[in-house]
Amino acid sequence: MTDAISSAAGLARPRPARRDIGIKRRYAAERRFRAYGIAALTFGIVFLFLLVSSVVSKGYTAFQQTMITVPVEFTEAIIDPKNERAENPQKLMTANYPLLARNAVAKVLGVAENDRTGLRDVNKMISDGVRSQLRDMVVANPALIGTTQTVSLLAAGDLDSAFKGQISLDVPEANRKVNDKQVGWMNQLAESGALAKHFNTGIFVNGNSSRPEAAGVGVALIGSFYMMLIVLVLSLPIGVAASIYLEEFAPKNRLTDLIEVNINNLAAVPSIVYGLLGLAVFINFAGLPRSASLVGGLVLTLMTLPTIIIATRAALKAVPPSIRAAALGLGASKMQTIFHHVLPLAMPGILTGTIIGLAHALGETAPLLLIGMVAFVANYPTTPLDPSTALPVQIYMWANEAERAFVERTSGAIIILLLFLIVMNVGAILLRRRFERRW
Amino acid sequence: MSTSILLPILAVIGVAAYAAGVWRANAIARGASSRLHSRPGYYGSFVALWALLPALALLVLWLIASPLYINAAVRSEFPEEVTTLSQAEQGLNFGMVSSLARGMSVLAAEEIDRIGGDPAELRAALGARGVPLAGEPKPFMVQAAGDLNQMTAASRTMMTVAALAVSLAGAFFGLSRVAPRFRARNKVEKAVLASLIVASSIAILTTIGIVLSMLTEATHFFTRVPAWEFFFGTVWDPRFAAAGATASEGQFGLIPLLLGTLYIGFVAMLVAVPVGLFSAIYMSEYASRQVRSVAKPLLEVLAGIPTIVYGFFALTAVGPFLRDLSSQLNGLVTGNYANFIQAQSVLTAGFVMGIMLIPYVSSLSDDIITAVPRALRDGSLGLGATRSETIKRVTLPAALPGIVGAILMTASRAIGETMIVVLAAGVAARIQWNPFEPMTTVTVKIVSQLTGDLEFTSPQTLVAFALGITLFAITLCLNIYALYIVRKYREQYE
Repeated sequence: MTDAISSAAGLARPRPARRDIGIKRRYAAERRFRAYGIAALTFGIVFLFLLVSSVVSKGYTAFQQTMITVPVEFTEAIIDPKNERAENPQKLMTANYPLLARNAVAKVLGVAENDRTGLRDVNKMISDGVRSQLRDMVVANPALIGTTQTVSLLAAGDLDSAFKGQISLDVPEANRKVNDKQVGWMNQLAESGALAKHFNTGIFVNGNSSRPEAAGVGVALIGSFYMMLIVLVLSLPIGVAASIYLEEFAPKNRLTDLIEVNINNLAAVPSIVYGLLGLAVFINFAGLPRSASLVGGLVLTLMTLPTIIIATRAALKAVPPSIRAAALGLGASKMQTIFHHVLPLAMPGILTGTIIGLAHALGETAPLLLIGMVAFVANYPTTPLDPSTALPVQIYMWANEAERAFVERTSGAIIILLLFLIVMNVGAILLRRRFERRW
Repeated sequence: MSTSILLPILAVIGVAAYAAGVWRANAIARGASSRLHSRPGYYGSFVALWALLPALALLVLWLIASPLYINAAVRSEFPEEVTTLSQAEQGLNFGMVSSLARGMSVLAAEEIDRIGGDPAELRAALGARGVPLAGEPKPFMVQAAGDLNQMTAASRTMMTVAALAVSLAGAFFGLSRVAPRFRARNKVEKAVLASLIVASSIAILTTIGIVLSMLTEATHFFTRVPAWEFFFGTVWDPRFAAAGATASEGQFGLIPLLLGTLYIGFVAMLVAVPVGLFSAIYMSEYASRQVRSVAKPLLEVLAGIPTIVYGFFALTAVGPFLRDLSSQLNGLVTGNYANFIQAQSVLTAGFVMGIMLIPYVSSLSDDIITAVPRALRDGSLGLGATRSETIKRVTLPAALPGIVGAILMTASRAIGETMIVVLAAGVAARIQWNPFEPMTTVTVKIVSQLTGDLEFTSPQTLVAFALGITLFAITLCLNIYALYIVRKYREQYE
């Protein structure tokens, strides 16, 4: 025995040099791989911030609007020179209101009445929107005629951009939308406090307009609201009913399989195809009116249904079978088990899925373009059958406008849209947190 | 009575029927509800169902059938010289009659009597009321319009009476069935189950609707333009200006659009796949809980942003940036400050679309990577492999089919994406390989052919449906194949 040990000790060769398994190289590769991961993640998040900051930096100014506050004389000689408003109230609708505004601003600036180019420049500083602004004042209260009132007049879009510093004043005068004289007046008015930025309520309540300073998303908001209402009212009951059947009742056969594959595919069909469907079926075949939020709502309902069905089925699946077994054991019918016990427990999940589906529908543009919601709509729709437009479509229409002031409006509208989406998604998350149950 | 008044009345009858059913059930039970087979509410629901369902079914049928019947009846009264005209002209005549009828229903009865049958005077009177007519109505039209109005009114009255009668009869029939041994719950539940089945068949109806509507319109298109000219044509020139003029039919070649779609989609996938895949790997294999809980929702926000916002971002930020960058680069190298990247280009659209697709790739592959069993990873790590080696040699190969499925699904999104390309890719349909030049896609052309005034007879608008069905077919194939792969792969580990 000892021999064996000693011989083994004697035979012990010098320890072999450490075999090179390239550990350094392999660790370097490990670090590189990790760095790729971090880089990819950062890339995505950086672009998220770039996107949001690009929109916000371009758009936050849209919530302010430059106004010129001046005393306006409601001169009878201009509004109603022949004094016929008693017989013909139409006169008040067609009077030359912009002239009143121009005279008021010219008076403050001290522009002579025979200085024609000067007056023209003054006129270009005021938005054409003052026509309806002053008209509405006078029509509501004809007693204003002959008096002088202090009115905040909308500044023209170009002046608005210049005052917000979005038009570079280094550009030669001939190439820019506001000339040096107007810039001088602008500064003069700003110093006296007559020209100032006010909170822009117009962007929330006005309809579309070809003048950026008077354009707003009011009509689009109403249209989107109608559509969301229709989507909610139709897709929630139908989606929940369909999921209950598929999850709880459907026998395992080919038809059920077909429906299932179908729903998964419908969730991945490009949204524009739904627009084509809406155009062919709802407008061409059923004869519903174009540009109506009813049609938009129906199309978005079909588009949202698969999302809601998938979410609802997941929520129903998450309810443990013990609940069902207990209810059935106490003598409830299958229908009672589901409607009295399973469905209420699955409701938070269902509502979360529904809100997320609605948020998707709210931001969807392409199908609405095809069913004619790109119409220029300036009046509020009173019913879902009236022509209307939607928030994302309004953004698309403004994005195609060339004027600088419209870039600002578009970004402003995007901010409004994103705010709605944030509210909906945060609501969904809170709902999930509040009612989350661990079985 | 119009339907908008009839429906609330029916609803009231329904509620009353429910209350009556409950009351009767309680009366039969005489205080001991154990006498009843079902709870009183089910008897109420049963009676209400009988009161409402038959009446509503009748209403729907009537609303669909009666206009068809009335129109046919009015048309049959048209004089000989009209009935021998072509179908389209008859349609015009009938349109006249129906707008005349609408106008006459606005006028007071004595006014119609005063005017008598004088068409010119009638037209003036209607014009004053804000109902313009396309032309001078002929005497027979005035006659027909009067008949039309009369028949519509009669049909309305009959419909109201019939619906109310059916509703009440149903309610009484339901009430008469209420008895202690009557299985009201089973009946009501059967009705509910039927409604559930109807709801789930809507998914199938939608698919059938998509396929049928697009097939019919596309067939109309293919009768004007041969299918092979569409599918293999290399020139896209629909000639909008000459729409309707049969002499200069445009050329509708799908190839340039398809190439643009695939090229832009390819660029997008070049961005989205590596970034999304590496993010998913990092988040599932390396990141700590905290990093994961912040980074994952942030990436998913990218998926929640509407595509129109990406389009605007591409149009106002990325496009101009790339254009200016290229002109600076060109200036540095050659001294000539001309931009070689257009603001609207394959690169701009593809890049921004790629950013949009990152969360799709990452969250789908994240799920798939986490689904790879722990044991495989542990085995590899236990044998001394580093983490990246484990991922590259063990995890990814095991997850590969699923990842391919995820990539295919993402690709189908890229192909169907509309708003980014509408704003950032340009509208020029051409075949070229420079990623810095604008190209156009199938979806852009669907939008541009269908916005504006539509005339559903010209190939210029019908082509959109042919494009749509092509798009639908491509994405459907991609999705079905992807689903098939994902399902098959999932079964391996379950």
